[in-house]
Amino acid sequence: MSDHNVNAEKYWQANLRLILGSLVVWALASYGCAILLRPMLSGIAVGGTDLGFWFAQQGSILVFILLTFHYAWKMNKLDEEFGLQE
Amino acid sequence: MDQFTINLLFVGGSFALYFGIAIWARAGSTKEFYVAGGGVHPVLNGMATAADWMSAASFISMAGLIAAGGYANSTFLMGWTGGYVLLAMLLAPYLRKFGKFTVPDFIGDRFYSKTARLVAVACLIVASVTYVIGQMTGAGVAFSRFLEVDKNTGLVIAAVVVFFYAVLGGMKGITYTQVAQYVVLIIAYTIPAVFISLQLTDTFLPAIGLFSTHTESGLPLLQKLDEVVRELGFRDYTADVDNKLNMVLFTLSLMIGTAGLPHVIIRFFTVPKVADARWSAGWALVFIALLYLTAPAVASMARLNLINTVYPSGPTEQPIAYAERPDWVQTWETTGLIKFEDKNNDGLVQFYNDVPAFQDEATARGWEGNELVVNRDILVLANPEIANLPGWVIGLIAAGGLAAALSTAAGLLLAISSAISHDLIKGSINPNITDKGELKAARISMFVAIVVATYLGMNPPGFAAQVVALAFGIAAASIFPALMMGIFSKRVNSKGAIAGMLAGLCSTLVYIFLFLGWFFIPGTASFANTPDNWLFGISPLSFGAIGAVINFAVAFTVSSMTEEPPKEIQDLVESVRYPQGAGSAVDH
Repeated sequence: MSDHNVNAEKYWQANLRLILGSLVVWALASYGCAILLRPMLSGIAVGGTDLGFWFAQQGSILVFILLTFHYAWKMNKLDEEFGLQE
Repeated sequence: MDQFTINLLFVGGSFALYFGIAIWARAGSTKEFYVAGGGVHPVLNGMATAADWMSAASFISMAGLIAAGGYANSTFLMGWTGGYVLLAMLLAPYLRKFGKFTVPDFIGDRFYSKTARLVAVACLIVASVTYVIGQMTGAGVAFSRFLEVDKNTGLVIAAVVVFFYAVLGGMKGITYTQVAQYVVLIIAYTIPAVFISLQLTDTFLPAIGLFSTHTESGLPLLQKLDEVVRELGFRDYTADVDNKLNMVLFTLSLMIGTAGLPHVIIRFFTVPKVADARWSAGWALVFIALLYLTAPAVASMARLNLINTVYPSGPTEQPIAYAERPDWVQTWETTGLIKFEDKNNDGLVQFYNDVPAFQDEATARGWEGNELVVNRDILVLANPEIANLPGWVIGLIAAGGLAAALSTAAGLLLAISSAISHDLIKGSINPNITDKGELKAARISMFVAIVVATYLGMNPPGFAAQVVALAFGIAAASIFPALMMGIFSKRVNSKGAIAGMLAGLCSTLVYIFLFLGWFFIPGTASFANTPDNWLFGISPLSFGAIGAVINFAVAFTVSSMTEEPPKEIQDLVESVRYPQGAGSAVDH
């Protein structure tokens, strides 16, 4: 195996770790807080209703935006680190 | 000036703008027709993607469904935004690196098989045509209202306009017109919402107004809404749902469908670099969120306003008399989308939830059934009228609604036509076809697609956003898994991918057709579409997520029992994973 291969493999592993972490947050915001965990969070009041409702109608969307930009930013940095940028 | 003239001015003016840009940027070569030369800035591309994405389903239909369903229909909000996270991380950068025109190009090459390519074309066509049916449903509603004609006439007019629009432009026209369309539609959606938010809550931003205090009653807006709908026998607006499994699956189906729809993916072929593909997904989501954060506010406020219109002195008092109904009710009645029937002959408009649980109270009030039927697809368009906003706001929302329907329908027709002319004819049947012949085939396939969609749009299998959700389910079950496995697994081979796509597509289609009619032809459903009949309480709208699981399972099983993909294919997979160093990475 050449250095390039080891390097590329590391890059791909780092990408996969980042994806996995992001997906955990993605699922926690939407399927978690907004749907399955809503009864648990019902004690937290937000503007006439509860936190789960807010996550379902607004919160999860805001989390999605942050995740997408965070991923783009991290990956573009990773590209540079591994000398893989275009 | 009367309202009809104002509508015509706004709609006509915005159309002149789009057509002008389309002609100015008229597609020259075949490549430009599909992907606009590959040189679009990520922010502009994000805006165009957002316009392409936010269709009649998002603009016209979605808030109406949320208004009717409350919390339970938040699925549309999460589902149609969360998919961009998947798109940004799991597909867009790698497909951009791969660097071909279309989704079947990728599937055909990655799974080194013409059959795989053809199956992908079939999946894509089924999903896209279903999607266009939803668009035509919404566009038909909009045209019928603003030309004040019957809804089927509106639908035919919409079909003619969409066809000419798509044929004229091609993608290049569409990329720049779509930036213009985005601007028109976001302004059109936001302005009425701001007015209404100020009226009801004294809050400028509708997204904040949703969680603020209702000025008139001093209660939080959502609490007030819960109380009002409860008085009329409806479920609380914010009530939790019992069937969480279905809610999760529906959201998942919309999310992975987003990442599998060809007309969205094709957008990421138009940015210059892999890094830009990642940013583009983020920008698209920002521009989409501007509408999606406002939509739930529109939904709850419109619901409250609608009930206040029918019950001016509150839901516990008498409703308005039919003879005194506002003008907007009368205009919508001509389209057939609002229906009134005086069941107890008292001349008043009783509007409530006609369910057994509310029977006693209804009888006590002398009511003999719900008398007002309001089609959910009209709520957003009627919203400014319900709130008594000035005429120009009503004209504006007309222009916005049509921009949304038109841009997406055109983008989809393009995806369908490129699938047929580029992937099917050039890729398999006649590889020697000329550029000119390919364009001609593209236009003929657009024509056929729009005729089919218009015919089925006359009796759609659901409200616009629901039909579109079906298209997402189909894309989720067929295309997304194949793309994802193509990038993330080197082991999945052609046989596995083909079997997986077919299993996902067929299982989902059969489940949908069982409840909604075979090939969506009205009256051919095998079972009534009620929760009691659904398998484990999974609705046909949610089945795409199950279809995707079937697709993955079949593909992995078949692949593991058959041979590994050839070496050069494994190298191809390797190469799409790295933005630039691909050459050295595979250089053993």
